[in-house]
Amino acid sequence: MQLDDLYRRVIMDHYKNPRNRGTLEDEAVTINLNNPTCGDRISLQMELEDGIVKQAKFTGEGCSISMSSASMMTDAVKGKTLDKALEMAEKFSGLMKGEPVEFDEYEDLEALSGVNKFPARIKCATLAWNALRKGIESSK
Amino acid sequence: MNAKEIRELFPILHQEINGHPLVYLDNAATSQKPRSVIDAINHYYEWENSNVHRGVHTLGSRATDAYEGAREKVARFLNASSAQEIIFTRGTTTALNLVASSYARSVCGEGDEIVITPMEHHSNLIPWQQVAKATGATLKYIPMQPDGTIEVSDVEKTITERTKVVSVMYVSNVLGVINPIKEITAIAHRNGAVMVVDGAQSTPHMKVDVRDLDCDFYALSGHKMCGPTGIGALYGKKALLEAMEPIEFGGEMIDHVDLYDSTWKELPWKFEGGTPIIAGAVGLGAAIDFLEEIGLDAIDRHEAELAGLAYDRLSEIDGITIYGPREGRVGLVTFNLDDVHPHDVATVLDSDGIAVRAGHHCCQPLMRWLEVSATARASFYLYNTEDDVDRLVSSLIKTKEFFGHAIG
Repeated sequence: MQLDDLYRRVIMDHYKNPRNRGTLEDEAVTINLNNPTCGDRISLQMELEDGIVKQAKFTGEGCSISMSSASMMTDAVKGKTLDKALEMAEKFSGLMKGEPVEFDEYEDLEALSGVNKFPARIKCATLAWNALRKGIESSK
Repeated sequence: MNAKEIRELFPILHQEINGHPLVYLDNAATSQKPRSVIDAINHYYEWENSNVHRGVHTLGSRATDAYEGAREKVARFLNASSAQEIIFTRGTTTALNLVASSYARSVCGEGDEIVITPMEHHSNLIPWQQVAKATGATLKYIPMQPDGTIEVSDVEKTITERTKVVSVMYVSNVLGVINPIKEITAIAHRNGAVMVVDGAQSTPHMKVDVRDLDCDFYALSGHKMCGPTGIGALYGKKALLEAMEPIEFGGEMIDHVDLYDSTWKELPWKFEGGTPIIAGAVGLGAAIDFLEEIGLDAIDRHEAELAGLAYDRLSEIDGITIYGPREGRVGLVTFNLDDVHPHDVATVLDSDGIAVRAGHHCCQPLMRWLEVSATARASFYLYNTEDDVDRLVSSLIKTKEFFGHAIG
């Protein structure tokens, strides 16, 4: 088991310098999600307009994997259509299952492929994406 | 006692995890099982398996003897007055829920109080929240000192004549503190309340005497004390148990069944509806034999030594925070390391073959009290050695370096 497979430089960079950390106006779609088994917590806010993710921000606390994943996810889906965002969420699930997935739209995400070898940490990586799915569903 | 020799008796401990010999330090979550317990369960299934209390045939008698024999062992282990006072349950959670649902709901009403502490495990907290909501009783908390201990004077102030139930964990699964159960029990009784003890973390590690404590109920889990999962017990004083209604109904627990009414078996069976956890009870009995052979006092001393050593060695690591007092604790150390999240700590330790727990430990209110979202915890048992502490310390130093470098 190689720790460097999990904690890649890109991940550590997102953890140390999270993109899109913060809050949006009250009217934004807000999803609060916990990981009840470990206490990780994310609050995702999105401005969804004309079927597009106009803006996405998050706050929360958790490990390097959950927080870097939230940073990447918000960055990745910004400006995308809802369908495209959901498609990326689906692709991310594949990545967690060890499927050979490429993210041409946002290559940083591929750094999380190593999580697949650490089954206990998959739920950390998927927390933000689950929040995204919930947010889009609730807006429909 | 010799921990290295005891270690030999646990098959699971002799394997490599991620290329390193396993160091198992998650005993507060669940303990490992000695060969004798595994063999006892196998023997039961290979030679005795049958349903209890009903078969006329020979196997039925063997199974019943094995099951009831295990109950006798639990009774003796806790120094209960009789085996009638021991109800087998699925574990501590089920035992505490039984007291809450049967006893507490029948005695609590508007204006009454239930007293617990903020350090309780969710299983000794949510059942009481639910009773309070259902009955209109008030849930009150005994305040904690900054080091996580409880002062008897605060217990005196919190418990009043309106208090019907006091429920406190004997040992904290996070802080490691041993609570003054005997003193709290005396105060509860002086005010006419019953005393419930969550013994999940005390029973595996120290001698427990329910009659000396004088508590009214005491709950334990088998799997934390070398026994299998899925079995635990509730001790209750006979008069209280006799007055309580069952909360599960069905086979095994009845005396007479009519179309519109039924009556219950005598203690303890009226609380054990359905085919019980027979092999689990047998395994728990074997675990008690095992622990008694080594001696609870010796186990207690060994763990206190390891915990003291771990506390001191970990304290020397720059950037570590340890929760709970140094003295008066059982064999566990809960900590955080700088800004490294406990999940990340646990992953790095795991890569070195060391198993620790990371998270909120089913104690969310306590985590808020500590002002952290999660912690890491190393918990020791009779098979852990000083070498395990060494391995933990060097892996933590590595973790610190790894993340210091990675996060910068």
